[in-house]
Amino acid sequence: MRTALKLVNNNEPNPAIELAKHHRQLIARVGSSQDRAAFQALFEHFAPRIKAMMLKGGMGVMQAEDLMQDVMMTVWRKSSQFSPDRGTVSAWIFTIARNARIDLMRKASSRPYDDVYEMEIAADDKSSDDEVLQSQREECISAALQDLPKDQREVIQLAFVADLSQSEIAKKLSLPIGTVKSRMRLAYGKLKGKLEAVR
Amino acid sequence: MKLTHHLDDATLVRYAAGDLDEAFAVIVSSHLAMCEQCRKASHDAEELGGQMLEAAEETAVNEDAFAKLMAAIDEQNQANVDGVDAQNVHQFPKKRAAISGDVPMPLQRFLGSQIADIEWKKVAPGISKHDIDLGKDVPSSLYLLNIAEGQAVPEHGHGGMEMTLILSGAYTDRFGRFGPGDIADLDEHVEHQPIVEAGAPCICLVATEKPTKFKGLVERILQPIIGI
Repeated sequence: MRTALKLVNNNEPNPAIELAKHHRQLIARVGSSQDRAAFQALFEHFAPRIKAMMLKGGMGVMQAEDLMQDVMMTVWRKSSQFSPDRGTVSAWIFTIARNARIDLMRKASSRPYDDVYEMEIAADDKSSDDEVLQSQREECISAALQDLPKDQREVIQLAFVADLSQSEIAKKLSLPIGTVKSRMRLAYGKLKGKLEAVR
Repeated sequence: MKLTHHLDDATLVRYAAGDLDEAFAVIVSSHLAMCEQCRKASHDAEELGGQMLEAAEETAVNEDAFAKLMAAIDEQNQANVDGVDAQNVHQFPKKRAAISGDVPMPLQRFLGSQIADIEWKKVAPGISKHDIDLGKDVPSSLYLLNIAEGQAVPEHGHGGMEMTLILSGAYTDRFGRFGPGDIADLDEHVEHQPIVEAGAPCICLVATEKPTKFKGLVERILQPIIGI
């Protein structure tokens, strides 16, 4: 884990990539030594975003604050299970927020997600610590999302942040469902193509 | 396991966003449990969520939010007799995850671990069914079919989204051969006629948004009886 704390020299520093790297280092410190200063830094960055995500999804202010507390509690508890091989800290925290929201708001259960997650934790004897590969992935993700056309970004934002279903998005944007689907495929396809190249 | 038929990209995005009801979340996660490629792809789709979270405008949290959280963590730590940090309290049941049996892990809480232990109800000649009860809040249905070898399922289209995950045996339709772990993630306008391979029955998990529409009059009359 120590190697993850070293900063890699980059000729052209990109703030988004530096931030992703920084979060990865912070979560490693929380996971390995319950570092409260590192956790506070993560809290200050993510808590206001999680709360905003819950509000956008239609929750009341109190409920959004409470759920944000639950999500950050889970981040603390599970920090030692974070594996940079599976994705960025932002994506991981998003999934924790998503699961909390599914359990609270949707008539569903996040158990299927947890089952797969637990399976992966059990299967990973030891996650690799390939700093170069992780940086490359962070770069790809940030690049792919920066180039995302406005209409695709809108659909992705409505699905992931505003918690709208596919048919609600179609209704809101007055689009056929097929168009919503194809925008989802396009947005994801671009990211997937880039990520597969560095896997 | 080398699989041929995977999830549609739009399905991966909806799963990552949390937009599938439990019937579809269970069938998708069961496929993920059997398919490393789609497991990785699902994490890629979650990066879309991570980026949207990064881009989200910030809403100020309560002034004492961090202090409150750390106090809650300290309180939990004290409640533990041995004083372990709350972080270590939530241990993952690694033993359970190292699954035994041939039922994919997300299905084990409904079916147990062995396909051989599933109880079947005959619904038509050569076709048996096992319903999975997810409660009345879940709009889609989830069930298993056990179709005899060589059996043809009547040609049908779909009233809505439908997914079929093969647990054992195999069938062939105009999209190719579907063996264990393969998933047919079909659009609503698709029509197909699966025929089960000789040698063994085909046992598959099916999630449907609305009852499947059979084409012929006889099948349409049969539908309420077969219930697929």
